Amino acid sequence: MIEIVAWICGIMLSLGAIACVIRVIKGPSILDRVLGLDVLLLIISAGLCVDMAVNRHTDYLLFVVAACTIGFVGSVTVSRYVSDKRNA
Amino acid sequence: MPTKDLSPRDQRIDDALDTSGVRHRATLKQEWPLLLLLVFVWAAMWQDFSAGNLLFGAIIALFVVTLFPLPPVVLSGRINIWYCIKLFIWFLGQVIAASVHVAWLAIARGKNTHSAVIAVPLRTNSDLIVMTVGHVLTLIPGSFVLDVDRSSSTLYLHYIDIENVQQMEKAREGIRQIERRLIMAIGSHDEYEAIKSECLPLKGKKAVK
Amino acid sequence: MDMFLDILVAVLLVLGCLMSLIAGIGLLTFPDLLTRMHAATKPQVLGFLLIFAGLAIHLRSWLIVPALIVAWAMQLLTAPVSAHMIGRSGYRTKHAKKETLFSDELHQVLDEVSAAPATGPIPVAKPSRAERRQGAPGEAD
Repeated sequence: MIEIVAWICGIMLSLGAIACVIRVIKGPSILDRVLGLDVLLLIISAGLCVDMAVNRHTDYLLFVVAACTIGFVGSVTVSRYVSDKRNA
Repeated sequence: MPTKDLSPRDQRIDDALDTSGVRHRATLKQEWPLLLLLVFVWAAMWQDFSAGNLLFGAIIALFVVTLFPLPPVVLSGRINIWYCIKLFIWFLGQVIAASVHVAWLAIARGKNTHSAVIAVPLRTNSDLIVMTVGHVLTLIPGSFVLDVDRSSSTLYLHYIDIENVQQMEKAREGIRQIERRLIMAIGSHDEYEAIKSECLPLKGKKAVK
Repeated sequence: MDMFLDILVAVLLVLGCLMSLIAGIGLLTFPDLLTRMHAATKPQVLGFLLIFAGLAIHLRSWLIVPALIVAWAMQLLTAPVSAHMIGRSGYRTKHAKKETLFSDELHQVLDEVSAAPATGPIPVAKPSRAERRQGAPGEAD
């Protein structure tokens, strides 16, 4: 049963990730791209969580915690510079 | 908006600055919630809540707050656990509603989604409440914070799915309800009393939760 | 009981991943940066709550629960911060589509601020974090 769940989750996460990548490629401004990458990081973390559940281990737990904790630093930094120089 | 008798600036900056503008180090009394939090994070990361690990975590937490001092978070000194629990349950429900709302908008409306930028003057003077209101309203349906005017405690929000003035007023009222809930839970005594007296006349007309 | 828990785990994980999919769809279909911000913030928080719950139940382990609580609490704290920062600079660099905005009460304020002389309202030597968010007049376009 968990294999079926893994397949369904994998497909949905992949579609979400593809949507993010499209937004990163298309994104009219750098802020759109940063936003897309932000969501992409969270989708990867979600994928690692699903992997931990399927294979019954906790190896990626610290990565997930770290991603949730400091994942926002990049987007905050970029948006700081964008609002200063207005070159987005 | 009720008049602000205690100057917001005094309340906010007193604990961090003295009159000469030099920043005080936070005292242990102000910082114990932060220390507790750091120890909890340490133990959670090691997945080990034994006494020795907690002690070591406490040492590291003390080390960290001494080495990297931050201005203290000014807590109000009042907390009502019952209102906190109620707030948290309500918040979880709103988070679920927010996701459904965004999903519906993304799929059904797409490019035709209308939104508005609205100003919401808050009643509170406390930075903590303004910040918490901002955090909560970012995660519940419809809104996120675009800008903050600290001196008048005004939040400027981007509110999604708004097409007429009634909806704008409703949104504003919703934000002020969040503020009320938060003051009931963690606001200072003065603000709690103010909110209570503001709500009392309403009680006869409609049920105030 | 095990059967029930397994089904619960399956539902939680699938719903959690659905939230990621919704975030992706929202990123694609919403018209401008500020509306996309809603899609990027809100579903992820719920999605992580569901996935974490599913993970903890599936591993039948209480020990990872504190770590997951920390991760989720951090998510709650940081998601609004990045949304605010991106939204703020997006608004100030004119990325809000005027056609889809019903009303705009910040625009006028920002114009007034940028027209005013460059003295902040609060004469504190060093602006704290909250004041920097409020924005020095110089950056207000």
